Amino acid sequence: MDLTQLTAHELSDLLARRETSAVELVKAFSDRIDQVEENVKAFNILTRDKALEQAAKLDDKLARGEKPGPLEGIPMALKDNMCTKGVPTTCSSKILKSFVPPYNATVVERLAQAGSIMLGKLNLDEFAMGSSTENSAFAKTRNPWDLERVPGGSSGGAVASVSADEVVFALGSDTGGSIRQPAAFCGVVGLKPTYGYVSRFGLIAFASSLDQIGTLTKDVTDCALVMNVIAGHDPKDSTSAPVDKPDFTKSLINDIKGMRIGIPREYFGVGIDPEVDKVIRQAIAKLEELGAVVEECSLPHTEYAMPTYYLIAPAECSSNLARYDGVRYGYRAPESGDVVGMFKKSRAEGFGPEVKRRIMLGTYALSSGYYDAYYLKALKVRTLIKQDFDQAFEKFDLLLSPTAPTPAFKFGEKSANPLAMYLSDICTVPANLAGIPAISVPCGFADGLPVGLHLMGKAFDEGTLLRVAYTFEQNTDYHKVKPSLGVK
Amino acid sequence: MKISKEQVEHVAMLARLELTEAEKETYTEQLNSILEYAAVLDKLDTKDVPPTAHPLPLHNVFRDDVVKPSISQEEALANAPDQEDGFFKVPKIV
Repeated sequence: MDLTQLTAHELSDLLARRETSAVELVKAFSDRIDQVEENVKAFNILTRDKALEQAAKLDDKLARGEKPGPLEGIPMALKDNMCTKGVPTTCSSKILKSFVPPYNATVVERLAQAGSIMLGKLNLDEFAMGSSTENSAFAKTRNPWDLERVPGGSSGGAVASVSADEVVFALGSDTGGSIRQPAAFCGVVGLKPTYGYVSRFGLIAFASSLDQIGTLTKDVTDCALVMNVIAGHDPKDSTSAPVDKPDFTKSLINDIKGMRIGIPREYFGVGIDPEVDKVIRQAIAKLEELGAVVEECSLPHTEYAMPTYYLIAPAECSSNLARYDGVRYGYRAPESGDVVGMFKKSRAEGFGPEVKRRIMLGTYALSSGYYDAYYLKALKVRTLIKQDFDQAFEKFDLLLSPTAPTPAFKFGEKSANPLAMYLSDICTVPANLAGIPAISVPCGFADGLPVGLHLMGKAFDEGTLLRVAYTFEQNTDYHKVKPSLGVK
Repeated sequence: MKISKEQVEHVAMLARLELTEAEKETYTEQLNSILEYAAVLDKLDTKDVPPTAHPLPLHNVFRDDVVKPSISQEEALANAPDQEDGFFKVPKIV
C-alpha cells in the first residue's frame, strides 16, 4: 500500500488502529517529495526536520493509548502567504524573501492544535496575483498531469503538492479563483468558503474584501474535516463572521434527490472549450440521474464581473501593498538616496511585473479625479452582481458552472497578454465579489487533462455544496485517477 | 487613449514605484487596454445603486480595550533591513 495516495480520513483510521505511525507518514511523504519534487517544484521551503520532531512526539502520545484526532499526524503544507512563526513566509516575492514572521496565522494555530504536521510552504504567483503561478519570483511549479503545462494559480504550489501526493492536504487562498481554478487544472477538490468563515489573520493581504483562505484536498470528506478545524470566528480578524460553525462532516450525505440546481447560461458563453463543455454537460446529466432538479437560469450581470474585479482587486492591492517600504521588514534597495528614493527603488526592485501592474492600475483607479469613474463605479456594479445571486438563490439551492473555461494551458501561452490571463478566472471571480462559497470537484477529462465542476452556494451554506459534491464523488471515480507526472 | 505616459509617471510617483523608460511604455499600453476593457461598465446605469465595499453586513466591530501580551521589541525589529539602538533606521527624511 502506498500511504501517500491515501486521504486524511483513511490515514487517520490507520493511525487509530496503530497500523502506521506519524513518523512513518512523515518519512513516506518525505520520500515522495524526494522522488517528484524535482519535476513538480511545488515547495518554496521544506520543514521536514520540525515535522519529524512533531511526529515523534505524537507517536509517544499514541503509544500511551490516546486516540488521534481527525487531522492529527496528517502531513500537509501551506501556501506561502500564510504567516508561520520562525519559518520564512515569502509570498514568492523578492520583497519578502527574507521575512520570518514573529507570529502564526490563525489557521496555522488551529492546524497545529489539531495536530496536523506541516511539511513546508508552497509556491504561488507573487502576492497571489496571477492564474498560472508563473508570476512567482522563485520557480515555475508544473502541472503533475502534464509537466509542460501550468498548474493554474495563484495557489499553484498548493494544488500541485496535493495532486502529486507530496502532502495529504494543503491550504490555499482565493481572491478571484486562486483555489478553485488550479484545483480544476490539477484534478483536486478546492473549496473557497464564504467570505468571513475562515480567519484572515496572518494571511498576507492582497485584496481584503475578496481574500479568503480555503482547502485543497483529495476528496470531499477531507474538505469537510479541514473546514471543521479552520473555520469559525476569530476575534483577531474584524471581518471574521460572528457565526457558529457546524460540523461540516454532517453534510456528507449521499443523496441529492429534489435538490434544485441552476445552470447560469452566461457561464457557458464564448471562450469555453468544447471538450470542457461536453464534460460539464455529462456531469449535469449525472446529477439529474441522481435526482437533482436542473434548470437553466440567468445571472445577467456576469459579463461585468471581470472588469469590476480588475478595478476592485488592484485598488485594494495598491492600498495593502503600500506597507512594503523597506523600513520595518522586507527588501531595501542599497544606496538609494533619500527616504522617498529608498521607497521607490526598494519597491521597484522588490516587486515583479504583475504586482507593479496591479499597483499602478489600483493607484490610478483610486486617484483624485478617477475614483468615482472607476473604483466607485465598480463597487456599485458589485452590488448588481451580488443581487443577481440573491435572486437566483430564491429559486435554486446552488448554481453550477465549469470552474475554468479551458483545461490547463502551456507555460508562456498567456503570460504576454495580461487580459487573456485574467479571463481564465471568468467563472470563479463572481463568487468572490458576492462573498459566497464555491467548490471545484474533479468531473472528468478534456484531452487527458482534468476538468473541474464548479458549484456556488448561498453564504454560509457550505453544507449544500459539500452534500452535492460528496454525492457526485461517491457516484463517480474521477477523484481516484492519479496524474502521470510526465509530459503529454 | 485613456491614460498618457505623463499620467503613468504621475501614478508611479503616487505609488512610490521607480519605473524604467521601457516599463513606462509597457504600462501605458497595458493600462490602456485594461481600462478600455473596464469601460464596458459605463453601459450600466448605476445612479441609484448603493456601492458594496464589503460582502458581509458588518459594521464597527468593537472590543474592550484590554492589555494583552504583544511581540517584544527584539521580535519587532528582527526583520528590519537596518536598525540602531532599538529603532528602525532609515535614510535622512528632512
